[in-house]
Amino acid sequence: MYSLNYHRASSVADAVKLAKKGDDVKYLAGGMTLIPAMKTRLSAPSDLIDLGHIGELKGIKVSGKNVTIGAGTTHAEVAANEKLKAVCPAVSDLAAHIGDPAVRHKGTIGGSIANNDPAADYPAALLALDATVVTNKREIAAAKFFTGLFETALKDGEIVTAVRFTAPAKAGYEKFRNPASRYAMTGVFVAKGKANGKDDVRVAVTGAGENGVFRSKEIEAALSKKFDAAAVEGVKVPSKNLMSDIHASADYRAALVVVMAKRATAKANS
Amino acid sequence: MGVEGIGARVARKEDRRFVTGAGRYVDDMVVPGMKHAAFVRSPYAHADVKKIDVKAAEAMPGVIAVLTGKQLKGDGIGNLICGWMIHSKDGTPMKMGAWSPLAVDRVRYVGDAVAIVVAETKGQARDAAEAVEVTYREKKAVVDPARALAKGAPQLHPEAEGNLIYDWEIGDGKAVDAAIASAAHVTRLHIVNNRLVPNAIEPRAALGHYDKAEDHFTCWTTSQNPHVARLVMSAFYNVAPENKLRVIAPDVGGGFGSKIFIYPEEIVCLWASKRTGVPVKWVADRTESFMTDAHGRDHVTEVEMAFDKDNRITALKVDTIANFGAYMSLFSSSVPTYLYATLLSGQYNIPAIHANVRAVYTNTSPVDAYRGAGRPEATYVLERTMETAARELGVSPAELRRKNFVTQFPHQTPVIMAYDAGDYAASLDAAMKAADYAGFSERKKAAAKKGKLRGIGMSCYIEACGIAPSAAVGSLGAGVGLWESAEVRVNAVGTIEVLTGSHSHGQGHETTFAQLVAQRLSVPLDTVSIVHGDTDKVQMGMGTYGSRSGAVGMSAVFKALDKVEAKAKKIAAHLMEADEADIVIENGELKVAGTDKKLPWFQVALASYTAHNLPAGMEPGLKETAFYDPSNFTFPAGCYICEVEIDPDTGVTEIVQFVAADDFGNIINPMIVEGQVHGGIAQGIGQALLEGCRYDPASGQLVTASYMDYTMPRADDLPSFKVSTSNTPCPSNPLGIKGCGEAGAIGSPPAVINAVTDAIGDNDLTMPATPLKVWTALKAATRH
Repeated sequence: MYSLNYHRASSVADAVKLAKKGDDVKYLAGGMTLIPAMKTRLSAPSDLIDLGHIGELKGIKVSGKNVTIGAGTTHAEVAANEKLKAVCPAVSDLAAHIGDPAVRHKGTIGGSIANNDPAADYPAALLALDATVVTNKREIAAAKFFTGLFETALKDGEIVTAVRFTAPAKAGYEKFRNPASRYAMTGVFVAKGKANGKDDVRVAVTGAGENGVFRSKEIEAALSKKFDAAAVEGVKVPSKNLMSDIHASADYRAALVVVMAKRATAKANS
Repeated sequence: MGVEGIGARVARKEDRRFVTGAGRYVDDMVVPGMKHAAFVRSPYAHADVKKIDVKAAEAMPGVIAVLTGKQLKGDGIGNLICGWMIHSKDGTPMKMGAWSPLAVDRVRYVGDAVAIVVAETKGQARDAAEAVEVTYREKKAVVDPARALAKGAPQLHPEAEGNLIYDWEIGDGKAVDAAIASAAHVTRLHIVNNRLVPNAIEPRAALGHYDKAEDHFTCWTTSQNPHVARLVMSAFYNVAPENKLRVIAPDVGGGFGSKIFIYPEEIVCLWASKRTGVPVKWVADRTESFMTDAHGRDHVTEVEMAFDKDNRITALKVDTIANFGAYMSLFSSSVPTYLYATLLSGQYNIPAIHANVRAVYTNTSPVDAYRGAGRPEATYVLERTMETAARELGVSPAELRRKNFVTQFPHQTPVIMAYDAGDYAASLDAAMKAADYAGFSERKKAAAKKGKLRGIGMSCYIEACGIAPSAAVGSLGAGVGLWESAEVRVNAVGTIEVLTGSHSHGQGHETTFAQLVAQRLSVPLDTVSIVHGDTDKVQMGMGTYGSRSGAVGMSAVFKALDKVEAKAKKIAAHLMEADEADIVIENGELKVAGTDKKLPWFQVALASYTAHNLPAGMEPGLKETAFYDPSNFTFPAGCYICEVEIDPDTGVTEIVQFVAADDFGNIINPMIVEGQVHGGIAQGIGQALLEGCRYDPASGQLVTASYMDYTMPRADDLPSFKVSTSNTPCPSNPLGIKGCGEAGAIGSPPAVINAVTDAIGDNDLTMPATPLKVWTALKAATRH
């Protein structure tokens, strides 16, 4: 790790103020991606603004079907929150399977989505839940928030403060882990909610797309006819625009999208 | 067996300090004035070094020195060598290219060191290492050994034309060809043994300290054999004469072979300490370990096995290309020759065997011995071929093996080895029973109902441990003898120190060696301490590798104990005015048999040191040394059975059952032996399903340079193993021990792949059988 300046922000406003000072400033949430990258000298910020001690970023609010998760909420807290589990167990289940216990107790939902690792789990949930990302400046629809590999709509200095969504009637998430890193090599979040009073099925895929998280039209079409695992059987997902690496070819990922969608749907219906 | 003696499941004495974080590793060592080093390493797989500009780096904060290969050569430091001479079949000696500890004008793999930076802190050393400006002219690289042999391939060393180090053979080629020509059936396979990264939990490290006042060097290093390190650094690298160089290998966190070899870093740290006048410490980070630890395996083999009409093997023909990487590591040459081809008879009667081995340079990390070293490669070739032959012949894989087993001992194979003892059918029967082999077809049906593909595979391995005798290995080209030494010091109050040339880096010697002493001298385990790993404390020794410490190291202790026991009996007989032949050792006492006369052990020890009343002419003291040179290799053997279920949707293989039935000869501590087998199987399953070191074929970059891409086995990848032993004592050493450290890694990969190929019905599958590969194979099968 290179030497750097560390700042502990006491509030979101304080963090924004601190961020104006250094040459290459980075916000630090849980640090579960940033710190390893800094240790291996792949990332070298001049200044770190620690958001980990800002009370206003923490906590989960559930009001009826409306869920708000503070950006500084850890995966472990999302996994364990009883109110959230009651209305949207799929999100808690997803959080319960991110990384390992150490990661889940340090990593946060805000840090995860702001980093937008193409193999992260949360982006799939947010996209399939048609969630809203709340920042210190504005509200951004998930569909507009995730813009590419490690790219988001966030502007310089902008901080994610919360994630908001309406719990769907049904939802489920399944992922196939990369054998080495155990990140999602293909993860699929299926959700059956309502839009304009009608059923609205959304299926989002993480870990597979060349440009990060995306919605699978093919599987959405199949599940819109019947929200059942069997409906996904035999659906062809194109391998174009899917990643190919030593662990998985694009064809294999395309097949895994279907298998994971099937299993996620079965979970949603269970 | 007492509660603490031979055969007892004694908890490991050393574990208290390990599990409480109190172990003392090289990185824990602090010498006053010590500074920190970082190496500047090549980012290219193959390049000429045009210029090294150290000015900017020297001006960085905290920097003490930036040193390059030119200065190292100027000070007369020698090149690294391979210590086992192999001659090609045309009689020419192997072609060893020069390996400078710091590359001077050419780099040959990603990670090749070109300079060392010494600074006040590790961070400052790393910062400055990045500021060293090296001008490279990149050359074309080759990482695949077969391509390295092809015409027009990039050439690594002027000494080795066509990148060929040697073209060696063993056995009777004519007899083999004739047998194949007249065979009733020939099974042919193309076999790849994947390259592995050792991944010891403790990265390599070195601390070099030059003491100007004494003109003396001390080197703390992560070594499996500190005496060999001192010998080689003195005799070949001109670091210092042996009496001016102390090598200490303190607690070492795993080696698996990778810490046998002497690497550039320890040599450079010692030299840099003298150049700079400060002690210099270097500790590898994990990426450096991936890049620069000697890798394992990496063979490509064509095999033909001939059978007569009764399904008896008539001949075996093997043609192997072994990838040695960019330089010849210390024992690299012996691995695919005398540790590989000599085991190609397996557990079978094979009248004629021929093996040809070509060793090849490529732009990759050097390759050398890794847990099993040659024997896993031989076992994989044989046991994949046996299983395939059984499928082709339509006979039971177990019965085909049984029919061809060696059953008479001693048995001379056509490839040097003389097997001394074994009962291969006993292990096969035990494994088949434990696995309920007969019930497999029912389990397969049940799995199919769940949509799973179930497969079963076996592997009957034999290996050779305790490489010996020294005269024999010398005649085969070894540069060292392969004996072991021990000194047993009985202190004046009766406590005991055993100084051994074996080195424990996970094996539990502090417990097992003490168990032997406790048994022989009938003293409590707590009164016995094992001293190892320091050339200033321990007489010359050969270290630990090749599962040799039980069979060879403990045998040396046994011999020294013979002498201690004889002298103690003489003293006791004298003190009790009895006949020496009537003295027996029991319950911590020396007794006169048949009487109530006895002396506690400590009184005899004390008497030897007070020397007030010793037999006439006897020297005082109770301390004896032995050097033990075995009369033969030992031959552990066994049968492993693996059962898998494969999810056809994802290609994921789950190991639902793994059985190991081993013959290790006599066992000192069954718990430690089981631990060795568990660890070995974990590594073997790692090789079969998970681990694969990959270099980019065009650029020569290491693709699997971290745990993000290199799949280490984890607990949830592994089943609970069913292990058992049925032992035939080894006749060639006094304890009857064969060795157990590598068997798991040797026997398991073919069992796993035989099971996976059985499940998917496709025999053309290379390790590691990842979900991607299995899924791809299944998809191709459905397309046909």
